[in-house]
Amino acid sequence: MKRLFNTTIFLSLMLFVFTSFEANAQCKGFAKKVCKAKLESFMHDGNYHAAILTEGEEAELYKTFYSGQEYRMAICGTDNLPPIEFKIMDANRNILYSNKDHDYSNTWDFSLESSQQLKLVITVTTFEQASEAPASGCVSIMFGFKID
Amino acid sequence: MKNRPFSKLVFVIVIAIVGAFTLNSCGSKGKQEAAAPSLEITEIDESVLQDVKTAERIFYSLPSPLESAMLIKSAGARFDADFLNSTDAVSRYSTNRDMALNLGIYTCDLSFSSLYDQTQLVIEYMSAAKKMADGLGILDAINEETINRLEENVNNREVIMDIVSETFLNSNSYLEENEQPAIASIVLVGAWVEGLYIATQLVDAEEFDSNKLVGRIIDQKLSVGIMLKLLEDNNDHPAVGPMIDQMNELKAVFDKIKISTTKITPEIDEETNTTVLRSEVTTDLTFEVFVELGEKVAEIRNSYVN
Repeated sequence: MKRLFNTTIFLSLMLFVFTSFEANAQCKGFAKKVCKAKLESFMHDGNYHAAILTEGEEAELYKTFYSGQEYRMAICGTDNLPPIEFKIMDANRNILYSNKDHDYSNTWDFSLESSQQLKLVITVTTFEQASEAPASGCVSIMFGFKID
Repeated sequence: MKNRPFSKLVFVIVIAIVGAFTLNSCGSKGKQEAAAPSLEITEIDESVLQDVKTAERIFYSLPSPLESAMLIKSAGARFDADFLNSTDAVSRYSTNRDMALNLGIYTCDLSFSSLYDQTQLVIEYMSAAKKMADGLGILDAINEETINRLEENVNNREVIMDIVSETFLNSNSYLEENEQPAIASIVLVGAWVEGLYIATQLVDAEEFDSNKLVGRIIDQKLSVGIMLKLLEDNNDHPAVGPMIDQMNELKAVFDKIKISTTKITPEIDEETNTTVLRSEVTTDLTFEVFVELGEKVAEIRNSYVN
């Protein structure tokens, strides 16, 4: 009985570890294959920002953007997730852009007159009909810029 | 009955391990709360960072090596290979700290060389970056196929830039997903310091007032707070503590520069569907502070490459 119990625990643990690494590997593949393609003619900066998020969860990103550069930001969620909402905010919490006003578009093209440190707030929205297990999936953030 | 204490112990261990893995897989970092500022004309320091919320995941994003090199090039700076780290030094780097820092440094030098069409240097720096990545156990971030592709496209800048971007993405995604965020952050800091070092070295005293690169160097003040948060989140790695001390010394010099901004106003160009964030910024960098900054950056950078 004890042996059966221990074996079950061990196998459950192995399954969990395997699933966790598998989810991470899928996230990396999703970012590279799906999200990077959204940058189109913008050169990807090479940075990697991705995480497994669940319905209703939030992520934040802090980054400096430079004057005179043309940027594209791409925020993508795996197909099983509801729309991903994102907002760009300044130091005074003024919302400079929200994709909610643009039909939850997953890209945003922008440039700046002066260099600024901005905050990106990402929220995985929730499905209208709640299910027992909330949806969970990979969310990736990518930045691209135009090369002179 | 006899089995109960053992079962309880196993249960507690399993919960602890599952909890630890859950936290790791979510990439949860230290969550911090602080009051937000409320000024109309804001002095830019770490004001955005003062409002860090309790989100499930917080990312601190530094300029990538490619972005740093692009900022130097777009400021009209010349190319000077003397300011790059020698590829002969690769054999000196044997610890994870040194290899991570110099993976970032060589990737920045690679980006800089590729933007200026320095084809031979591009291949040399890619090989140096490969040695650092291999030493860190980053599987297949840069393989023989990458080097071959690079050699076949030496005259195609766009393809080369794409290869540089992809190899950097491979390296840092590998580190992030294999539970080595501290090493990933050291790579990023190495690259950022190298970009700042090259930029400060390329400014001549005679053209201080008119050089666009000076503006780009001032802009880096905006990333110092982000970099410190990134390092503080990874302070469990023994190499990170001394780096934080060095960065606090650098921050003390940057703190002598005042940057103020007016309110940011977004304007949408309906034709191109692009938003322009309009604002005016004023700064007050003196030549003396610039020299001090250059010396501090060189001191830190030399501690990374020597």
